[in-house]
Amino acid sequence: MKKVIMGNHALSYGAMLSRSQVISAYPITPQTQVVELLSEMCADGTLKAKFIKVESEHSAMASCIGASIAGARTFTATSAQGLALMHEMLHWASGGRLPIVMGNINRAMAPGWSIWTDQNDSLSQRDTGWMQFYCSSNQEVLDTTIQAFKIAETVGIPAMVVLDAFALSHTYEVVDIPDQGKVDAYLPPYKPYARLTPDAPCAFDGLTGPEHYFELRYKLQKDMEKVPALFDKTSKEFEEIFGRRLEAVEPYLCDDAEIVLVTSGTAGYTARVAVDEMRKEGIKVGNLRIRMFRPFPFDAVRRLLSKTPKIAVMDRNISYGYHGIFCQEVKSALNGSGSKAPVFGFIAGLGGRDITVGSFREVVDITRRQDKPAEEINWIGVKK
Amino acid sequence: MPKKRDAKKIVYESEKEMPQMPMSQGSMLWNKTGKWRNIRPEIDLEKCNQCGICWKFCPDMSIVIENEFPAVDYDFCKGCGICAEECPTKCIVMVEERK
Repeated sequence: MKKVIMGNHALSYGAMLSRSQVISAYPITPQTQVVELLSEMCADGTLKAKFIKVESEHSAMASCIGASIAGARTFTATSAQGLALMHEMLHWASGGRLPIVMGNINRAMAPGWSIWTDQNDSLSQRDTGWMQFYCSSNQEVLDTTIQAFKIAETVGIPAMVVLDAFALSHTYEVVDIPDQGKVDAYLPPYKPYARLTPDAPCAFDGLTGPEHYFELRYKLQKDMEKVPALFDKTSKEFEEIFGRRLEAVEPYLCDDAEIVLVTSGTAGYTARVAVDEMRKEGIKVGNLRIRMFRPFPFDAVRRLLSKTPKIAVMDRNISYGYHGIFCQEVKSALNGSGSKAPVFGFIAGLGGRDITVGSFREVVDITRRQDKPAEEINWIGVKK
Repeated sequence: MPKKRDAKKIVYESEKEMPQMPMSQGSMLWNKTGKWRNIRPEIDLEKCNQCGICWKFCPDMSIVIENEFPAVDYDFCKGCGICAEECPTKCIVMVEERK
């Protein structure tokens, strides 16, 4: 059934169709509608799930962890300051190998107090051991939520589905909401590796000495490394059932491109419009949209950028004291791959400033003019 | 409950034998936490009225009732002193360990 829904509700429908059994969340702009709709679904019986109200995001993730250890499929959603407050609990979820799925609406970190989009909130959680998938459309949000449960439960690693504040969270688009039967065929009930049960009493996440901790971390990384192949496998199964393809890295007119614009989130679709416009003018540009940030799909990035003469990475985030975070990941992925392409780093759109087709034209202008990057960071749209 | 004398520390030789997540694989009774103790409770059974309050309050289940009187399991008692604090007849005193 096709419906016109906002990005936040695409997350709610994804969690509902995945038959989430426990949802625990604390409301925060711009995430509120995600859990508002889910709480209504729980109240009217559309979704047979326990909705746990809590007094903070730290508690929201803590109750998700408890529910997940007990064997329930568990969902939550948050944003910015809420995600930061969860930080400690994110480690408990991944270290405890619990396949919790969380929607995070990218919102700039305070201060100055902001509700508008940028990616520093989720990217600050890079090393917590969570998978991260960045979305560019409401359909992708819904589809990715369902796929995220499948991947998370296969490897025992939690997953974040990430979307831009307002640019996606509050934007209404046509979304094909799949039949429950199809989703059930794709996503079987959750079978936990182990769970808290009186039938087999056991304590979880207790004291682990130097003789064992290292191996547990090794296993987490080894299972993370399985995810790129698993992503492709679960995408194929998804396409067979739903007819839509989900890519970890999505190339657009990259094959003959002289410059490839690397993007993530909604900026990707803006980049495509810019690519189409510039192609008409005879400028050979392409777009590479990175959807999976953790684990980083470095094989795919290396392969898709292997013949690209110049690479321009657009970051809606910054690692202060270095540069854009996707830019550093792309550079690091290409190191040793044989690519000699200069990587130009661009930062735009912090705190929700618009990234427009004009922004990408400026990126291409700068990249065409220079053989090598003259600056570590090229700022797009700063009032200098 | 496993017997104290049977409890063994489990050490894995390979990550392959280990569970995916940190989870208990057996008893922790091998871990004799009594060696952490700086002060030890000593019970004067002459003054004890057998109320059982020390047994109830001990956070580590280190007070055991033997022949209807309390006794301290020194293998696990960490010497926190809660039993001495709570004892209504003050028959438990904390004595410095001299080892």
